[in-house]
Amino acid sequence: MKHILALALSLLAAAASAQIDIQTSTSPGGIDVWLVETGDIPFVALEIRIEGGASLDREGRRGAVNLMTGLLEEGSGDMDAQTFQTAREGLAATFGYAAYDDSIALSARFLTENADEAVALFRQSLVDPTFDDAAIERVRAQVLAGLRSDAQSPNAIASETLYAAAFGDHPYGSDLSGTPESVAALTREDIVQAWRDTLVRGRVHVGAVGDIDAAALGDLVDDLLGPLPATGPDLPPDTVFDVGGGVTVVDFPTPQAVALFGQPGIERDDDDFFAAYVLNHILGGGGFESRLMTEVREKRGLTYGVGTYLVPKDHAPIILGQVASANDRIGDAIAVIRDEWARIARDGVTQEELDAAKTYITGEYPLRFDGNGPIADILVGMQTTDLTPEYVTERNSFVEAVTLEDVNRVAAELLRPDELRFVVVGQPEGLETGPLPDTAGTE
Amino acid sequence: MSVLRHSLAAIALPLFATAAAAQEVTTYELDNGMQVVVIEDHRAPVVVNMVWYRVGSADEGPGVSGVAHFLEHLLFKGTDDLEAGEFSATVAAQGGSDNAFTSTDYTAYFQRVAADRLPLMMQMEADRMEDLALTEDDIRTERDVVIEERNQRTENNASALAREQMMAAQYLNHRYGVPIIGWRHELDELELSDTVAFYETYYSPNNAILVVAGDVQPEEVLALAEEYYGPIPAEPDLPPRARAQEPPQRAERRLIFADPRVAQDYVARSYLAPERDAGAQQEAASLVYLSEILGGSSFTSVLGRALTFDTDIALYSGAGYDALSLDDTTFSLTVVPAEGVTLQEAEDALDATLAQFLKDGVDDEQLARIRTQLRAQEIYARDDVSGIARRYGSALTQGLTVEDVQAWPDILAAVTEDEIMAAARDLFDRDRAVTMWVVADRATIDGGAVTDTDPETVDDLDLEDTE
Repeated sequence: MKHILALALSLLAAAASAQIDIQTSTSPGGIDVWLVETGDIPFVALEIRIEGGASLDREGRRGAVNLMTGLLEEGSGDMDAQTFQTAREGLAATFGYAAYDDSIALSARFLTENADEAVALFRQSLVDPTFDDAAIERVRAQVLAGLRSDAQSPNAIASETLYAAAFGDHPYGSDLSGTPESVAALTREDIVQAWRDTLVRGRVHVGAVGDIDAAALGDLVDDLLGPLPATGPDLPPDTVFDVGGGVTVVDFPTPQAVALFGQPGIERDDDDFFAAYVLNHILGGGGFESRLMTEVREKRGLTYGVGTYLVPKDHAPIILGQVASANDRIGDAIAVIRDEWARIARDGVTQEELDAAKTYITGEYPLRFDGNGPIADILVGMQTTDLTPEYVTERNSFVEAVTLEDVNRVAAELLRPDELRFVVVGQPEGLETGPLPDTAGTE
Repeated sequence: MSVLRHSLAAIALPLFATAAAAQEVTTYELDNGMQVVVIEDHRAPVVVNMVWYRVGSADEGPGVSGVAHFLEHLLFKGTDDLEAGEFSATVAAQGGSDNAFTSTDYTAYFQRVAADRLPLMMQMEADRMEDLALTEDDIRTERDVVIEERNQRTENNASALAREQMMAAQYLNHRYGVPIIGWRHELDELELSDTVAFYETYYSPNNAILVVAGDVQPEEVLALAEEYYGPIPAEPDLPPRARAQEPPQRAERRLIFADPRVAQDYVARSYLAPERDAGAQQEAASLVYLSEILGGSSFTSVLGRALTFDTDIALYSGAGYDALSLDDTTFSLTVVPAEGVTLQEAEDALDATLAQFLKDGVDDEQLARIRTQLRAQEIYARDDVSGIARRYGSALTQGLTVEDVQAWPDILAAVTEDEIMAAARDLFDRDRAVTMWVVADRATIDGGAVTDTDPETVDDLDLEDTE
């Protein structure tokens, strides 16, 4: 049973109109697939997301899903790693395998001229991986090297510290790569278990763009994913970003201190999400025009870059931000950020800021649809956030509907200067640690 | 802004589209010397507007390293028509994004907007080509921003600091040895007058290339270019682009870079190498293959096989070659040793592998696979019209012509094994190499390991004798 829904993406009023036709269908095997069919360039971009990901690491086996994912390209069927890669290179196909907190991302890009061979090879890597000992040791060594690099990276140390403080024992509280100890202890059985737990058919989303039709894509997806188990272990429970406001300093000898900061965020399906999105754009999301870039960089020259992001993870929403300044200036940068956080929560934004943000956000959206690869990413991203294809045409009206009152109400409710936690990695000068004094009213 | 019409300014060079380059490319030249390249891609109503200047950090004078990049930042400040920051704010108000980048050989500015917003972008870009109005205040604040950028990219990153030392050792005489972002002590001293002098000299239509890519018609782009850029006079005193060149390298150069922030010790090697030259791109094409053969795939490349699969020498190995460069470029090799392998052992194994490769030649099947992948890259590249635009901009600012860019896929396809091996033999001479050991702790290599080079290895490396 298949139905096709064609949508025209209407672009900026005066611009030439382009048509993005999203075809949704269900494969004979029951997998939902979204397709934009275009023969302009003889290749296909395929994006698959499987919900779950590294948060499904079993107790005491942190890093298993990540290590497993790294091994999918290292041998399958009767091919060892080199044989597999030799075959792939000969087809000029590229395959991607990545583990995230809440999903596994599988990507393939292949030429029309050898699509069948490329898909067969990709399939083999997903449904029949070997996980042989030589490959396990090789990839384990790479993961351990990555962990050693992280231990010397101010950004990685800041993330690790903030997430651990905010999420504790929840999977979000630790690095999905695991620790040197947990990775060293992983066995082949752990890896096979991680594969069974996470590569499951019932949690799959598929987006494809390019030189293929819906019927062929349905068959391809069934072939590719049909042999995987229907479902896996329960997903982890929801949690909250819970650390309280203040500053944590991690001493690390480097000239420029890096600060990561965060507070609880807002769910993707919250009625106020778009108001929050616009608010974040004005505060720190909007490139050169944001308040934080203006105050911290343009007016004071305290940093090369400062930004904030809404991060609605599947099991906990967060607002995160990042800034980096020399050790003797990071204190000033943090003071300005805290003041701006308090000011926007207290006083809100202006109509002029709201209008400018809406113009940018609505104008920028259609510009994202400018290639097969980017569109495939958008299609699969929409499905993982439970959106319908109509969202493509409706999204800008959700942005337009946001009022000044909405933004300012959400600013007051959502942004909590006293709950904003900074983790500073470096050797900051003159920065008080521990809970900070209340900054409300310092303007 | 007045409009000046040119009766016969444009010379169109239509491209005969091949299977590998479906986008139509049309080129013009304005009377004032500004080149125009239009790349059509009508798949989405989007346009990328880029202006590339034939000036980069390697064109800086002594003592003002970083001024090219600093000026790039300052172009977002005010002009006679726009307030500081108004340029980007205007782009954003159109739903667009903008930025800029500086390299050793070029400085480029771009906006990505809906196709019908192109005239406004051109108007603003032309304005700041001619009418930048900087203040002492701009300099003070933005210099701090650039210093923080250097902190972020370089001072906080041991590998970046190591690379900076390596390039300084590689280039004795050429400005490629000076970092694009500038040496910190010179950045501290950059003044308004330095930036203004640089701007007055180099920001001129006869030193610029307009690249417009996306849903546009070439004649319309030409008309807009004539309207906005046409009135700007050519700079009569634009200096020739003659930088001090490298002398022949006659002695191997070796460095040890130690920094406790190095997470993983490694060996880096670079050789001075020829780049793509106008009408003469064959040797560079051979070096592209050589780089792919030696280090392109961690599974099937010569180094990957020899150092990671056949032995347990390396956790990672790689090769890199920058074919686009105005002057002599570099070919580089890296080996990250596996647990328990010393840097000396890793370097010896690297040299032994190179020596063996020079004896064995290229594996036919590997060559065929790389040829297939290079051909496929041309197909995949068409999905990213901004990438195609960058290809033209960087080529045209680095001594190549539109014809060279369009000939490149065919030149790549025609490279033979003999040419690859000839290029390899010319390249791999340790007397023309820089080798750097990057370590967390110098004490781990003390005790003579650095100078204790196995004499047999040295013989193997005397590649002039291997044939």
